[in-house]
Amino acid sequence: MTDNINKIHHSSYRAAFMLILKRDLTIAFRHKDDIFNPILFFIIVITLFPLGIGPETNTLARIAPGIIWVAALLSTLLSLDRLFKSDYNDGTLEQMLLSPHPVFILVLAKITAHWLLTGLPLIFIAPLLAVLLHLNEHSYGALMLTLLLGTPVLSLIGAIGVALTVGIKKGGVLLSLLILPLYIPVLIFATSAIDTAAMNLPFTGQLAIIATLFISTLTLAPFAVTAALKVSTN
Amino acid sequence: MWKWLHPYANPETTYHLTGRLIPWFTYLTIALLTIGLTWALLFSPADYQQGDSFRIFYIHVPTATLSMGIYVGMAIAALCGLVWQLKLSDASAAALAPIGAVFTFVSLVTGAAWGKPMWGTWWIWDARLTSQLILLFLYLGVIALHNAFDDKTLAGKAAGILTLVGVINIPIIKYSVEWWNTLHQGATVSKMGKPSMTIDMLWPFIFCYMGFIFLIVVITCIRFRSEILSRNSMRPWVKELVLNGSSK
Amino acid sequence: MQFDSINGFLNMGGYGFYVWLSYGVTAFSIILLIVLSCQHHKKTLQHITQRYVRENKRKEAAEQQRIKQSNTLTIAETNNESSP
Repeated sequence: MTDNINKIHHSSYRAAFMLILKRDLTIAFRHKDDIFNPILFFIIVITLFPLGIGPETNTLARIAPGIIWVAALLSTLLSLDRLFKSDYNDGTLEQMLLSPHPVFILVLAKITAHWLLTGLPLIFIAPLLAVLLHLNEHSYGALMLTLLLGTPVLSLIGAIGVALTVGIKKGGVLLSLLILPLYIPVLIFATSAIDTAAMNLPFTGQLAIIATLFISTLTLAPFAVTAALKVSTN
Repeated sequence: MWKWLHPYANPETTYHLTGRLIPWFTYLTIALLTIGLTWALLFSPADYQQGDSFRIFYIHVPTATLSMGIYVGMAIAALCGLVWQLKLSDASAAALAPIGAVFTFVSLVTGAAWGKPMWGTWWIWDARLTSQLILLFLYLGVIALHNAFDDKTLAGKAAGILTLVGVINIPIIKYSVEWWNTLHQGATVSKMGKPSMTIDMLWPFIFCYMGFIFLIVVITCIRFRSEILSRNSMRPWVKELVLNGSSK
Repeated sequence: MQFDSINGFLNMGGYGFYVWLSYGVTAFSIILLIVLSCQHHKKTLQHITQRYVRENKRKEAAEQQRIKQSNTLTIAETNNESSP
């Protein structure tokens, strides 16, 4: 009989996770603007740099990793607002905090949905934009790997920031001030990995550090988010 | 002078008129595009310098010119909608925007695919390609703004204002991008201008061009009718149309 | 015919990949646009139809309610009359 209870317990965690994940994805697909606007922002910001700096191939190739990663940071920042805002406004967030399921699971589901809609498109579009910036051919693999490992970190850390500021009226700029310093390690290691790849050297060291950041934020961030949400909904 | 147009300001008349016209325009489009593209692919001569990659020209140039033409058309429709409050005008501007965006995208991709064998690189920041990229952003902005509103009338007005601001901006953007390009003249001068075409090349080009124009007309009619329906869903003629259609 | 064989046609004098990439992307984008536009039209018609069908159903249900109520009233009246 304890076996059955354990089984029910497991499936109910997964069921809760999938429920919230599906809900968030469905809501996002009904407001397609929420998905496309950050991606469009990403593309436009990257386009602005050659216009400001000049089309000289070598200059652009030199700064391409930095441009792409900074643009990724900024567009993730823009997209974080919809993570908790509308749920906070209509009271769903409080209900989630009161539910018998551990809030960790529910928060993780919301962050996963956010990454699927923001980070994943970024990973696919970045190589195309790297062509515009004349990125060194050896760097494409590093670019996609760093984005694959790094964008979840951005969503996870960003969720902490949004959870802290969701109750604040003009929380937008405050959010950037809170989160961007926390994003700096990811930025540094990712651009370093891409630069190292351009010189045809192995970049597994930097990749390992980004992976460490990913695993630690994956396990720890939802707790911080829960605590922050409990503060915000008070 | 414009009295003969007045009956067409009635959504119902225009809906049925465009419905009757779509089949004819479709046949025309299919005929023109089949002739034009087959001629371009199979029968037109390869260019002396650019070889068979020149066949991309027959798609690239029409889509590029038409993408700008669609934007101008959108701007005229937006102007009519804002100045004379013509709802159908707003509907046609909303119908045109996605088509313009697709044409701009196609011109960028075909331009890049043409540039790779010619210039050795997929992308080059020359004046024309950069202006096309900015035009794509303008289109996507108009579409995004239109979708952000629930009320279609407000959406039409807002998107109309943005389109008009954009159309005034286009010459400014083109001028500044060309100036920027001459400053940073490290890039090779674009030789992708309209080459002097022989008759062998001119005819397939004309067929393709006209084919694309009528393609735009067909797709615009389809989207225009959807827009009319969604803006007039409360009217009795729509109710009758819908219930009669479902009972067939 | 500018080409001697199918292979020559596909190869396009060495530029095959670029020419077919261009024509392919063009065809794909335009067909996608047409299909999406037609689907959008159908969906709009469907939405409006559903709304009117629902409205009719609601009207009929309200009508039924009204008839039932007036029936019970007449039955009550006849009962009152029959029992003095």
